[in-house]
Amino acid sequence: MRPAQGLGYIYLSLLAALLLTIIPLPYQMTLFRPDWALLVIIYWTLALPRKVSIGTAFVVGFLTDILVGTVLGVNALAFSVVSFIVAANYLKIRNFSMLQQALLVAMFLALYQLLLFWLSHFLTGVNFRPGYLWPVLTGMLAWPWLFWLLRRYRRQLKIQ
Amino acid sequence: MNDFFARGPALGLRLVLAVACSIGLMFVDRYTDSATQVRSYLTSAVSPLFYAASLPESVITSASEQLMSQQQLLQENAALKARLLQLDAQLQLLNFLQLENNKLRALLGSAPVVEGQRLIAEVLAVYSHPFSHQVVLNKGSNDGVAVHYPLIDDKGVVGQIISVTPTSSRAILISDNTHAISLRAERTGIRTIAEGIGQWDQLRLIHLPLSTDIREGDRLLTSGLDGRFPEGYPVAEVVSVSRDDSQPFISVQARPYAKLDRIKHVLILTPGSQVEAVRQAEEQP
Repeated sequence: MRPAQGLGYIYLSLLAALLLTIIPLPYQMTLFRPDWALLVIIYWTLALPRKVSIGTAFVVGFLTDILVGTVLGVNALAFSVVSFIVAANYLKIRNFSMLQQALLVAMFLALYQLLLFWLSHFLTGVNFRPGYLWPVLTGMLAWPWLFWLLRRYRRQLKIQ
Repeated sequence: MNDFFARGPALGLRLVLAVACSIGLMFVDRYTDSATQVRSYLTSAVSPLFYAASLPESVITSASEQLMSQQQLLQENAALKARLLQLDAQLQLLNFLQLENNKLRALLGSAPVVEGQRLIAEVLAVYSHPFSHQVVLNKGSNDGVAVHYPLIDDKGVVGQIISVTPTSSRAILISDNTHAISLRAERTGIRTIAEGIGQWDQLRLIHLPLSTDIREGDRLLTSGLDGRFPEGYPVAEVVSVSRDDSQPFISVQARPYAKLDRIKHVLILTPGSQVEAVRQAEEQP
């Protein structure tokens, strides 16, 4: 088993997720945009924790910071923390049913939004609005489909 | 599972490393000045991603332009010509008034106001995060853009430039959490400051005492006192005023005239004589 098998494909999917994060949408829909990059990171950490975990999450978070214009390091930290929790418990999470997994992913997304808000509040004085939590719901609804899609992607390309 | 033994540092250690790196980054970005330059390099490094992401939208837009019928184009052309005629007529009067105003100012012994140049820029990318209202523009220092230049659209003030690369620049909008702008109410002349609160359609006026004469529907113009924005451009309209005797200040909300959520083209203003004068006065102790 070569260590770099399929790593390129993993990065390709992460790149696609980053593009989805910044693709222009009508204003009314931007608030509901799921956190694609984080969802894809969660999937890969769950599926291949030896290959994708905190390091990759940090880099993707940093790129997200540059792309969406938050203070550098905010997304990087939140991504790393979520990836750590998933990587530490991946065996348990894999055994959950899809519904349980989706609920758990919602908790991770809520944690991410909370970390992001808390850090931004500390650094730039952002005010909280309940609307910031919409991505948690849309992310939870998107998770089963994304999981199915990425699993097919992984099996078709034999990434392991 | 022979890779079981070939793990790098323990997970906990990696997390600590990542968190330490991020906290370091945050402090460098927030509390030092060197970061804006670094940030503009990083942004230009990832700009291909911005172009790629806006590709679907531009393809759809150009396709719909291609498919527009000649009839529609003729109609649009006629409407635009009529509008241009009207604006030209208004401009004649405006030029006359400006001349008269300068003469009057000369009589009063104050310097005439010289308008700066204008530059049209296109919005390349909108940072879509609710915590940062910023846009990337396609004009940079090669076109004469510099930091702090104000931005307007056809309705009102949009924001100001915060960092510049040779071919692009980044601007912060008036609705951003970290932005504030000095204003004057058109009806009463009261000076106030409008803070962004991270919502596209709302600004908050701060530090207005309870006795202030301000009403819903008041137009708020730039005051020119901040040394950034030239005087007299429309910014926002007061939409709600609530007086609570237990609070020291009134809470006033205003809605920006500029359509901040759907800007496509903006005008970059180079600061005129008045802004320069304010800045020079500020620099002298």
